Amino acid sequence: MAPRIRFKDPWREQRLFFGRLIAAAVVIVLLTGVLVARLVQLQVLNHPHFAGLSQDNRIRIEPVPPTRGLIYDRHGQILAENLPAYQLELIPEQVDDMRATLSALAELDLIAPGEIDRILALARRQRRFEPVTLNFRMDDEQVATFAVRRQHFPGVDIRARLRRHYPFGAATAHTVGYVGGLSARDLERLERANYAGTSQVGKTGVEFAYESLLHGQVGYRQVVVNARGRVLQRLETPAERPATVDGRRTSRLPVPGQDVVLGLDIHLQLAAIEALAGRRGAVVVLDTRDGDVLAMASTPGFDPNLFSTGISQTDYQALLSDPDNPLFDRALRGIYPPGSTIKPQMALALLHHRVVGPGERLFCPGHFRLPGSSHRFRDWRREGHGNVDLIEAMAQSCDVYFYAHGSTLGIDRMHEFLSAVGLGERTGIDIQGERPGLVPSREWKRAAFRRREDQAWFPGETVIAAIGQGYMNATMLQLAHSTAVLARRGVRIQPRLAIASADPLTGELINLPSVELSQVVLEDERHWDLIRDSMIAVTRGARGTARLQLRGTSYLVAGKTGTAQVFSVGQDEEYDEDEIDERLRDHALFVAFAPAEAPEISIAVIVENGGSGSSVAAPVARAVMDRYFAARER
Amino acid sequence: MFEQTQAFEARRPLTLPARLLRSLHLDAPLLIALLAVCAIGLGVLYSAVGQNPALVVSQTLRLGVALAALLVVAQIPPAALRKWAPWLFLAGIGLLLATLFFGDVGKGARRWLDLGIVRFQPSEVLKLAVPLMVAWYLHERALPPAFHHVLVILLAAFAPAVLIAAQPDLGTAVLVACSGFFALLLAGLRLRYLFAAGALALAALPVLWHFMLDYQRRRVLTFMNPESDPLGAGYNIIQSKIAIGSGGVFGKGWLNGTQAHLEFLPERATDFIFAVIGEEFGLLGLLALLGLYLFIVARGLYIAANAQDTFSRLLAGSLSLTFFVYVFVNAGMVSGLLPVVGVPLPLVSFGGTSMVTLMAGFGILMSIHTRRKLLAA
Repeated sequence: MAPRIRFKDPWREQRLFFGRLIAAAVVIVLLTGVLVARLVQLQVLNHPHFAGLSQDNRIRIEPVPPTRGLIYDRHGQILAENLPAYQLELIPEQVDDMRATLSALAELDLIAPGEIDRILALARRQRRFEPVTLNFRMDDEQVATFAVRRQHFPGVDIRARLRRHYPFGAATAHTVGYVGGLSARDLERLERANYAGTSQVGKTGVEFAYESLLHGQVGYRQVVVNARGRVLQRLETPAERPATVDGRRTSRLPVPGQDVVLGLDIHLQLAAIEALAGRRGAVVVLDTRDGDVLAMASTPGFDPNLFSTGISQTDYQALLSDPDNPLFDRALRGIYPPGSTIKPQMALALLHHRVVGPGERLFCPGHFRLPGSSHRFRDWRREGHGNVDLIEAMAQSCDVYFYAHGSTLGIDRMHEFLSAVGLGERTGIDIQGERPGLVPSREWKRAAFRRREDQAWFPGETVIAAIGQGYMNATMLQLAHSTAVLARRGVRIQPRLAIASADPLTGELINLPSVELSQVVLEDERHWDLIRDSMIAVTRGARGTARLQLRGTSYLVAGKTGTAQVFSVGQDEEYDEDEIDERLRDHALFVAFAPAEAPEISIAVIVENGGSGSSVAAPVARAVMDRYFAARER
Repeated sequence: MFEQTQAFEARRPLTLPARLLRSLHLDAPLLIALLAVCAIGLGVLYSAVGQNPALVVSQTLRLGVALAALLVVAQIPPAALRKWAPWLFLAGIGLLLATLFFGDVGKGARRWLDLGIVRFQPSEVLKLAVPLMVAWYLHERALPPAFHHVLVILLAAFAPAVLIAAQPDLGTAVLVACSGFFALLLAGLRLRYLFAAGALALAALPVLWHFMLDYQRRRVLTFMNPESDPLGAGYNIIQSKIAIGSGGVFGKGWLNGTQAHLEFLPERATDFIFAVIGEEFGLLGLLALLGLYLFIVARGLYIAANAQDTFSRLLAGSLSLTFFVYVFVNAGMVSGLLPVVGVPLPLVSFGGTSMVTLMAGFGILMSIHTRRKLLAA
């Protein structure tokens, strides 16, 4: 086809334009017709219906918050429940003299005198028929005091509502977490409509992580309000006789939140807290078979019930300024130099990379020197351990053995192997806030330091990394997890708190899956046995570092002590506990799995600045394990 | 040409106000209708904001600014507008991109650009720049436009619309896309392209759905079934229907709308003010208002029909039709015919930015109408 040249043809274009304009006008008329028809439908045909909704009885839709799901431990003990609580409310329009009423209530000790001005200011900001809460937490005595004087206080009344309660208080503060008042920031991540009417939301721990399960679905019902907008009557029984607007249901029962069952054993948790005896520390116990967290304790704790009822500024300040930092979760967020507790993993790395043979001996003179350097890396035992093989080095926690072979292994292989057995990265436990810990590497050091001369990796840093010091750090959850990997001969299972959810209406239990992580495979499977035997030697061997503390257990324990330096001692100085400030004393650690021949649990213990791992941390672990095995016998 | 104008004036002696309007390049019927709508708007607003005079005063000030914009724009001859059209368009696109990267966030959307002295929404500029651009592009070209020209125009209209939708501001995006599309339609877009585009659009719906934000999807779903979510997005629609329906034929009377005054009706001063009118003035009030709007649209189309070059014709037609879309989308969403997209009721809803753009658009219409060259019949 030959290309056709087109010219502008004003007449034709104008005719075309007029045509389109007319078409547009017709469409406009049609659309306006539709709109008018709609208005007639709403305002003429359905007018009586809408007028009824709007005029004499005005019906407002009010949200009905769902009941929050409960949290249980593995044996059905309630860890978080909802209790009725009483609060004092005042409706401004029904009170003649607000200040006098509030003063009278303050005299009866029902409200704090300092609150009066705040309440008056609050009442001025909102509509006069809406209640102002005067006291969120009324104790029984206050309820009684008010109840007998109620007739003197028109417009003031007691209202019952549900309050979250944690029966075990501080024992579960870090794991179960707590709920707190819904904030604007919470609403940014939650579905706003579903939280209409909800006043509290999970802030930490399981309460936060399982918010979507625990919360449930909001319901709604119609309330009748008068011409001034005040609620006159709540139309109850929404289920039997659903109210409707526009021919559709506008009331719905809330769907209560799911109950959550934790793998936690509250009695084991209490035993751990008791064993820590008020010292700063943490205990984590994992079930090596499915990753269940049986206990995860951090002391000192705090009372989560303070938060669920609205913590006062004084209480909160007291918690924040406590030097022992009770709000801090030492099990999940505390990162500590692991010290000798990672020697089992290190020994495994040495065997795996054939740096050392199983029976190969090394002479420990009490210190180690890198070739061409005068710096002495000291053993914890000044006089040395003599000629030791792997099992003896483990049992006595010989540092020189690990200095020497670790420096041969090198930081690259060390980093790779320790990472594979679960150190230096988050375990992926199902609550937020876990710290990843650190297994240093050349790459990490390059990225972590700004100055060029700090970025290089030095051989001496490999030496101290081999005994879990220097840059290396870990959480107790990680240590318990990594120890479980040793117990399971390379099988890695993600630690988890929640093991099931339960429907509160039907009782139906839904098990949550346990997650298996990538397995550690060794060329020689017998190395696992060797490491286990070396850890048994720690608790049973003639010179085992924990032989005294774990003497006479009915079960066989494979363990490892650790004493982690917080403060470095000079080359020729002696570490003297009495001379050093308490906060600079060594951390006491202990890890173990048991029974050694058929492992069920792994455990990691730290007592901050506690001193020696064998004398301080091992007894804590023993108390917890005794409790576990005693309960199992029953 | 000059003598012809003189001859025309000589034939019809003009009164003083008429001479004043003529020298200011204003169109009396259009201006009167616009002022009438604005007056109604202020009255309704007084009721909707709970009789707070401060808000009505601030809206009146905005109205003053908007009228000033109309007056200024009316002084610009269409030929000058045509010359500036592409530059205005490019500047608008530039501002949109700047907003996307440096804009201020308000209510979860990045719509505002802070220029130090004033904060404004660049998307408003595009409401005028896009029809100007399309009319400029088609002015020199043979109509109906050839296929590749259609593609260029669609790009010019939809690229800014996509940028605006990304802010996200679906309402303005729809209006901008409409303004470009209407110019194209009036230029004589072949019907087969139109049908093909319609089919394509239907096919693209699922893709669009995929790219929509959660709140936009929720609005569409809620539109389908408002009662599914009576506490969330459906609440607005349920309440606005009750407000309109309970108004009946005659309404509850000014300041007597219970739905609005008891704060059942959200956004009652802004996007949902149409429902307040329906409640207080009833069907008759709404019909009167719609009548005024229709008169404005009709006058705009009349101006378009009498315009003397392609650029003016397309521009005037597009602006008038877009104004109707404004009214229809707002009234449709408030009465539950359309999903809720954030389109205010023009000249009535509380808020300033869109009013200035609207009035500037009417300034363009007046400039076109008052500068017709009289052709010898």
